[in-house]
Amino acid sequence: MALTLGHYLALGAMLFALAVIGIFLNRKNLIVLLMAIELMLLAVNMNFVAFSHYLGDMHGQVFVFFILTVAAAESAIGLAILVLLFRNKNSINVDELNSLKG
Amino acid sequence: MSQTLNASTLLAVPMAPLVGAILAGVFGTQFGGNWIGRRLTHSLTILGVLLAFILSAMTLKSVVMDGARFNESLYTWMVVGGLKMEVGFLIDGLTAMMMCVVTFVSLMVHIYTIGYMEEDEGYNRFFAYISLFTFSMLMLVMSNNMLQLFFGWEAVGLVSYLLIGFWFNKPSAIFANMKAFLVNRVGDFGFILGIGLIAAYSGTLDYAEVFAKGAELTALSLPGTSWMLVTVICICLFIGAMGKSAQFPLHVWLPDSMEGPTPISALIHAATMVTAGIFMVARMSPLFELSETALNFVMVIGAITALFMGFLGIIQNDIKRVVAYSTLSQLGYMTVALGASAYSVAVFHLMTHAFFKALLFLAAGSVIMGLHHNQDIRWMGGVRKYMPITWITSLLGSLALIGTPLFSGFYSKDSIIEAVHESHLAGAGFAHFAVLAGVFVTAFYSFRMYFLVFHGKERYDQNPDAHHDAHHDAHHDGHGHDAHKPHESPWVVTVPLILLAIPSVVIGFMTISPMLFGDLFKDAIIVDAVKHPVMQELKSAFHGPVAMALHALSTAPFWLALAGVVTAWYMYLINPAVPAAIGRALRPLVLILENKYFMDWINENILARGARALGNGLWKVGDRTVIDGFFVDGSWKLVGKVSAWSRKLQTGYLYHYALVMILGIFVLMTYFVWLNK
Repeated sequence: MALTLGHYLALGAMLFALAVIGIFLNRKNLIVLLMAIELMLLAVNMNFVAFSHYLGDMHGQVFVFFILTVAAAESAIGLAILVLLFRNKNSINVDELNSLKG
Repeated sequence: MSQTLNASTLLAVPMAPLVGAILAGVFGTQFGGNWIGRRLTHSLTILGVLLAFILSAMTLKSVVMDGARFNESLYTWMVVGGLKMEVGFLIDGLTAMMMCVVTFVSLMVHIYTIGYMEEDEGYNRFFAYISLFTFSMLMLVMSNNMLQLFFGWEAVGLVSYLLIGFWFNKPSAIFANMKAFLVNRVGDFGFILGIGLIAAYSGTLDYAEVFAKGAELTALSLPGTSWMLVTVICICLFIGAMGKSAQFPLHVWLPDSMEGPTPISALIHAATMVTAGIFMVARMSPLFELSETALNFVMVIGAITALFMGFLGIIQNDIKRVVAYSTLSQLGYMTVALGASAYSVAVFHLMTHAFFKALLFLAAGSVIMGLHHNQDIRWMGGVRKYMPITWITSLLGSLALIGTPLFSGFYSKDSIIEAVHESHLAGAGFAHFAVLAGVFVTAFYSFRMYFLVFHGKERYDQNPDAHHDAHHDAHHDGHGHDAHKPHESPWVVTVPLILLAIPSVVIGFMTISPMLFGDLFKDAIIVDAVKHPVMQELKSAFHGPVAMALHALSTAPFWLALAGVVTAWYMYLINPAVPAAIGRALRPLVLILENKYFMDWINENILARGARALGNGLWKVGDRTVIDGFFVDGSWKLVGKVSAWSRKLQTGYLYHYALVMILGIFVLMTYFVWLNK
């Protein structure tokens, strides 16, 4: 059985769905939240690579590199915030972090 | 057209009294520092009115002798769209006659006031007001357009308000002037609606231009209804006249206006201002001629006023109120004549009435002065011995009022009765009955008052309320030893009485031919001779004033008047027990009359209270519940509730926000990918 585009897209969709569920089922750890976002980006990357290969267009794979770069920067900032948050609140429990409102 | 009349002379007529009023009102009162004293104040204002009278008489002379006419606008106040608002004068027979009547009566009243108001603190203020009144009334009658007419109309209303409340420390006077003002607002509302309709449909306010468009207006009807436009206009204008000329049911203010000083009762509330409505309808005759309905309305209202207000005069005990109800009744006569299309007869009666009613009021004032401010005719009697001039002039005035042949009132009143008799309108039958019955009533109450005041036993020392007053007067006058004896008034009071008595007797005899059947009013009053041939029929029956007087001896009005006098004589001089017995027998009727047909009660309890209840309801329901409660408070409450609910969406949890973002992306993608193909 050869791997078709459909398989890749299904894998991407599954990864994305896992990430979404990870975001709103997770009540404990902010790190898991960051990982879920990372996973969501990877799911998108999977789609980019699959379409790029299928269409024979390298632009898609170039885009993946950009996304990886941005994701790395984002993770760095996210983890930095996390460290500061832990220093101030002594906790990274998501359920306790509800001060993000007007 | 205007060979002998020029604008500056005409302008001087209203301006002279205005200058007098301003000088007296500003520099003669505390307002301007009391610069000019009493003597100078009355000299200045009398000079102003005298000048106006002389110029008016000259104007009348050139109108009558040379046929001069004047119709020009002197000043354009503003132009709105195509509508010009101007100040201008229209001088013809009607205006010139009115100018002379107004300035003459005003002059007499000015002179009389010197004596009547001698001891009053507001002497200068009073002169300022009556001069201002003269100015306003002249602006009203000389106007050549509706706007200036309305200005004069409101200005005389204002001065009337100021003068009724002249003694502003007296609660009853304040009540009366407020009442007069409010009732007049009702009339003025109709009046300005009428003017507004005219302006809307003819696009002009100038008399001549409006009348020229009369034929066009007849073809129109009020939008949304089948009413003739002209009828609506005329009835609206007449409602204005009802307010100013105190016609039923807007008459209620006039008897109460007697709270003011007597000279103004004579000038404003008898001779001139209240006739403004009659004058206005006569001036608008080209419009009223176009509507049978309006003429019928006018006639019936006039007939009701003429008869029923006369009844009220019978039971009044206040000397001024008797004369006031008589004024109402006579105004009703004039209105009936207007309704019968006999405009010139109405104006003729207006003129004769102005003289004899001013005379009667001033004589009443003289009696009041002579009796130390007692106004109750039950405590008078036998005054003729002490006040001979007042007595004779009052007798002449009363004879003129009841229509004794050869006196002025006879010619005008008899002509009105004849005119109504000849009229073919639907209301003419009732009106004819009312004016005939009115003759008896008029004669009865006039001579009841005359006999009670001037004849019979002297009763002025029996007044149960008089002790305080007598003491008060003695203190004031400084002749305490004979304070309760009547005394004749000074010459400034008696001279106007004599000067007014002369026209009261002769003016009808002298002027009936030119005014009714000549061409004095030929271009001022326009009658549709085919539809309303009343004037032609009067003319064919008229064979000179002497013949008319002789003929009257064989007609009903004369005998009715005589019967009225004899009845009054019998009931109040020979057998005073009779009125009391009749009063007891007809108690319910007397009760109705004493309560003035419950008109005040209706006004206070139904109209005023109803209006207050309506206002209260609108305030509570409309303002507080709907506007404040629903719109104002409701909007902030709605915002608050929506916000309180939407605040719950903002939880502060990161994962909620992330979820909303993702769901948002899904929704947008669904929309763009599937639904927006």
